[in-house]
Amino acid sequence: MRAFEYASPTTKEQAVELLGRNFRKAEILAGGTDLLSLMKDEIVTPKTLVNIKGISELDGITFTRLGSLRIGALVTIQELLDSSPVKVNYPAIADAAAGITSPQIRSMGTVGGDLCQRPRCWYYRAGYGLLAKDESGASLVTTGDNRYHAILGNGGPAYFVNPSSLAPALIALGATARIFGPNGGREVPLEKFFLTPQSEDEREYDLKPNELLTEIVIPAAGGARSATYEVRQKEALDWPLAAASVVLRMSGKQVKSARVVLGHVAPVPWPSPEAEQTLAGKAITAEVAEAAGAAAVQSAKHLGGNRYKIQLARVAVKRAILEAGKGGGR
Amino acid sequence: MSDDERTKEKGSGLSRRGFLKASGISLSVPLVMGHHIVKVAGAEVKVFGPGKAPITLNVNGKNLTAEVEPRVTLLETLRNDLDLTGAKPVCNRATCGACTVIMDGKPVYSCSVLAIEAPGHKITTVEGLMQGETLHPIQQAFIDNDAQQCGFCTPGFVVACKAFLDKHPHPTPDQVQKGLGGNLCRCGTYMGIRAAVMQAATGRKGGQQHG
Amino acid sequence: MAEYKWPEAEKRTLIGKRISRVDGPQKVSGKAKYTHDQNRPGMLFGKVLRSRHANARIVSIDTSAAEKMPGVKAVLLMVTPPAEVKWAGAELCAVAAVDGPTAEDAIRAIKVQYEILPHLVIDNDLSKAGQNAKPAAAQTKGDPDKGFSEAEVTSEGFYAIPVITHCCLETHGSVSEWEDDKNLLVHISTQAVSNVAGQMAGPLGIPAANIRVKQDHIGGGFGSKFSADSWDIAAAKLSKLAGGKPVKIMLERDAELMVAGTRPSAYAKIKVGAKKDGTITAWQSESWASAGQGGGGSPPLPYIFSIPNQRTQHTALATNVGSARAWRAPNHPQGCYLTMSALEDLAAQLNMSPVDLFLKNIALTGPRAEVYREEMKIAGELIGWDKKWHARGDKTEGSIKRGMGISIHTWGGGGNTSDCDVTIQPDGSVELKSGTQDLGTGTRTTLMIVVADTLGLPLNAVKVMIGDNRFPAAGASGGSTTIGGVSAASRRASLDALDQLFAKVAPSLDAKPEELEAVGGRVQVKGAPARGMSWKQACLKLGATPLTVRGKNPGPGTLISSGVGGVQMADVSVDVETGVVKINKIVAVQDCGLIIDLKTAESQVYGALIMGVGYALYEEKIMDQATGRMLNPNMEFYKLAGIGDIGDLVVHMMTGKGYDERGVIGLGEPPVVSPGAVIGNAVANAIGVRVPSLPLTPDRVLDALEKKGGNNARI
Repeated sequence: MRAFEYASPTTKEQAVELLGRNFRKAEILAGGTDLLSLMKDEIVTPKTLVNIKGISELDGITFTRLGSLRIGALVTIQELLDSSPVKVNYPAIADAAAGITSPQIRSMGTVGGDLCQRPRCWYYRAGYGLLAKDESGASLVTTGDNRYHAILGNGGPAYFVNPSSLAPALIALGATARIFGPNGGREVPLEKFFLTPQSEDEREYDLKPNELLTEIVIPAAGGARSATYEVRQKEALDWPLAAASVVLRMSGKQVKSARVVLGHVAPVPWPSPEAEQTLAGKAITAEVAEAAGAAAVQSAKHLGGNRYKIQLARVAVKRAILEAGKGGGR
Repeated sequence: MSDDERTKEKGSGLSRRGFLKASGISLSVPLVMGHHIVKVAGAEVKVFGPGKAPITLNVNGKNLTAEVEPRVTLLETLRNDLDLTGAKPVCNRATCGACTVIMDGKPVYSCSVLAIEAPGHKITTVEGLMQGETLHPIQQAFIDNDAQQCGFCTPGFVVACKAFLDKHPHPTPDQVQKGLGGNLCRCGTYMGIRAAVMQAATGRKGGQQHG
Repeated sequence: MAEYKWPEAEKRTLIGKRISRVDGPQKVSGKAKYTHDQNRPGMLFGKVLRSRHANARIVSIDTSAAEKMPGVKAVLLMVTPPAEVKWAGAELCAVAAVDGPTAEDAIRAIKVQYEILPHLVIDNDLSKAGQNAKPAAAQTKGDPDKGFSEAEVTSEGFYAIPVITHCCLETHGSVSEWEDDKNLLVHISTQAVSNVAGQMAGPLGIPAANIRVKQDHIGGGFGSKFSADSWDIAAAKLSKLAGGKPVKIMLERDAELMVAGTRPSAYAKIKVGAKKDGTITAWQSESWASAGQGGGGSPPLPYIFSIPNQRTQHTALATNVGSARAWRAPNHPQGCYLTMSALEDLAAQLNMSPVDLFLKNIALTGPRAEVYREEMKIAGELIGWDKKWHARGDKTEGSIKRGMGISIHTWGGGGNTSDCDVTIQPDGSVELKSGTQDLGTGTRTTLMIVVADTLGLPLNAVKVMIGDNRFPAAGASGGSTTIGGVSAASRRASLDALDQLFAKVAPSLDAKPEELEAVGGRVQVKGAPARGMSWKQACLKLGATPLTVRGKNPGPGTLISSGVGGVQMADVSVDVETGVVKINKIVAVQDCGLIIDLKTAESQVYGALIMGVGYALYEEKIMDQATGRMLNPNMEFYKLAGIGDIGDLVVHMMTGKGYDERGVIGLGEPPVVSPGAVIGNAVANAIGVRVPSLPLTPDRVLDALEKKGGNNARI
């Protein structure tokens, strides 16, 4: 790890001032399970590390008066999992949190960190840049080993998959990200928070170098049913190969409206309007779920070594729909 | 690490500064041992590093001091500065659990905690589980069920099991299999560990690993 | 003169019992000190700069900036430019500094000029290998053409098992310090404590006699830690440069996975012929394997079944990948996977259960045929084979398909060259010293058991000291030879010591020495226990001088032998929509002669099964042809099985009559041979098609299903 300066502010205003104008200046430390690995590998080399764990206003899971749920960026995965309001109202989130099968990661890792963690693309992690190019500027991914890379949104130059466990569920539930910066706060629908970088200077999320993700707000569940299904090879800590979160708003036995968001398949969490349309007005049956799964991967393209992920994404969508249809949530 | 050489290197804040300058990094404030103060948002905030700063860690009920650069992990400090070598460096990337310690009651990967953020937290390492010369029931259960071979993952597993049982005092076998997914063993001692956790939970001596 | 044999079953007080490992308390409490835990006074931290390129000429290495850095105490070139490096991760230069971060800073400041050369790091396509592929062996036995013409059914297939790593949790490395300008003290993570001095002496230019080697505990070796490595030599040289201060170099995880050893791959096109009744008539295989730069990696084909007519041809493929090292049962897991897969495919073609096929041809397995037969019966009962096995392809509804597999394996064992000293003190205390090492197999525990059982003492009456090259030399722990070596040597030493003690005691008991026995903490006349005395009183007869006896292996008597057979059966579930394989149960039935400690022996088998689940389902050293580098040099993507990934494991040790009389045989290797084959066969049985290549990851399983045109043909 390269040497750096370290500060532990107690307010978000302090934190923002300590952060710099570009990403090379400073990084935000929360759970540390990803950032410190990146720093050990010298993939990120901040001059200053701003530990936000001392900012108590970023903690806590609370209901607002309007019934929406506010989750502080510092809430840990374990706290999320232990929260009965989350489990009861938003099973898709609980499912996703439970997919992180290391208690240590769950105790350390935060909601903000899960959303802002960097891609696990092995070319990126080996120092070839976020877009994984060789010296001539050609992609190492498309001609190399891309078994874990994107099958959707993979027209380039980014081919990594977004690694967040929670984002698909939060997006499907209509969550909003609250961000604090030098000019005060702003809100972004979480769906729009994730970006596909076009150059090495860009990040995969809508945060300026001196901005801080402070909390996530989820609208009241309003009786929506939801579930997340991850295809993972291992029971012990392992990355999902594909995942899907589904939220169903029912009218009697029919789906009034649906949200379907895939994870680990594209550079951003990948909403699938195709699958959502397939579900609208239908009762949840195996056939309908199957059709929605197929619709979700209709435009998928493999890169050579990751064709199987199309099948896994299809199955993840199908199974998440069936699980949600069973009445996950109220 | 209490030898002369390390003590002499205490001034490495200054020497490191020379290095940083050579690397083209400009430093606005003169570096001294410890920290300097910056004023942000109307408050004074301490900025540590890049040189060493003194810290006090509460480990196994004792206050221990060390001097660390901000880039040093809790695991490195425990092992290299405090000679608490129970927690092991294995993956060093928050994956394998060999470095697990309990911090404020929760299991954490000490390879992915900075030493400088650890003051003020209550840290328990494997060395803190014994009561005098008496093994903790989890440790005894590991021995009874041969939940160890080379033993390099064992301290981390013992600590992870402690944290697990604190949270789930009466686990089902299924919970044991799903609740210890943050530790890896290479020799393959999982059958013994499963039995050990159940023994420690029930207080019943396991009939070895079968079934 | 003692007769060197093991006590009869009814006389064994400790041998063969279920005894907890004696160093357990140290290990569970964190007190056990491994090489990586050595904090020597004044210790410096060493780091190694490694090649970024898989094949390159090193034009120059500029260390001037590093040398000037405060806190840097020594810098050492590990290659002298111009020099060639043959794999990414190859050592170029080492530094020692006051702490790890400073050493890292120094490494970063070193500038290397490379001239990049073309490389080959992928070994799965022989057609792209060019000059890197060399014919290694070709053999014909019997008349293969005739054998195939007699066959009524032939099965042809392609099978592959990739390069994997040892992934020792304690990485390779050592701490070296010069006690004076002639004498070196080395703490090192090694499987061969007694051999290290000889390995380091040449490169350091000092006599081996001046090198003291110590190791209390080792965090895994699995065959990769037989020799002092270049970084160990570097640590000693850096220490010298730094005025003798201790220098610790332990590999980082990425280096451990890149350069510290692999198990070679193996690929084979296999054709097997049989009569309709299952009689195998012919075998033909064209195989290749890669062991990196070193060559080697030649799986025994066909494995175990000595098929009368066979034609085998093998090609060795050199790649620009860190070299192979012995990996638990070298060549056997590969030979086993390739052969057992081909035979299971043949059984499916014959519409036979593979158990029936194996039994039909059991005579081809040679001298252990009856052992296999008995073990198959037991394994079958333990897993419920007859009830659960079905013809290939689980026809039940739903996406989860269940299947059963079988595999058999063998290994030699025997005993390594092993000396030990047993000392009986006049106060009755007993100690054993040996330059052996305990890899976690329980060597310390078994030594205590043998000595205590032989001397008629309780376990804790014996002190065992190992892991120091000042103790009598003992061989490397490899090939399952340690238990044979140390148990035989310690038994001989203990029996000889007893003889000498009896000679001193006999006069006062008015008996002949050969009439005495040591039982239950007493020395007494056989058949007349009242004529005896306590062990302590007996030892007083030694006078002032302790009695020390050297035990050796090899040596006289019938204490050990070699050659075991094991049978494994697996029950797996495969999700045919996702390709995810889950283990339901694996049964391992294993013989290993006379067992010294049943508890640690069983642990060896459990551990082997778990390691086997790892290489069957997850492990693969993934190389990238474009960059020449390993893509998964971490434990996130070099995946090991976790506690929830192994299903239920059942171990049955063959003990008692017919087994104990063979003497002690090692156990580290054999049970790790079959898991890849047995899991692969169970998956084929479940989904109705062979997944040719390990590990059985979702992509490979789905690919096989698609080729079969089954449930998954939609993609």
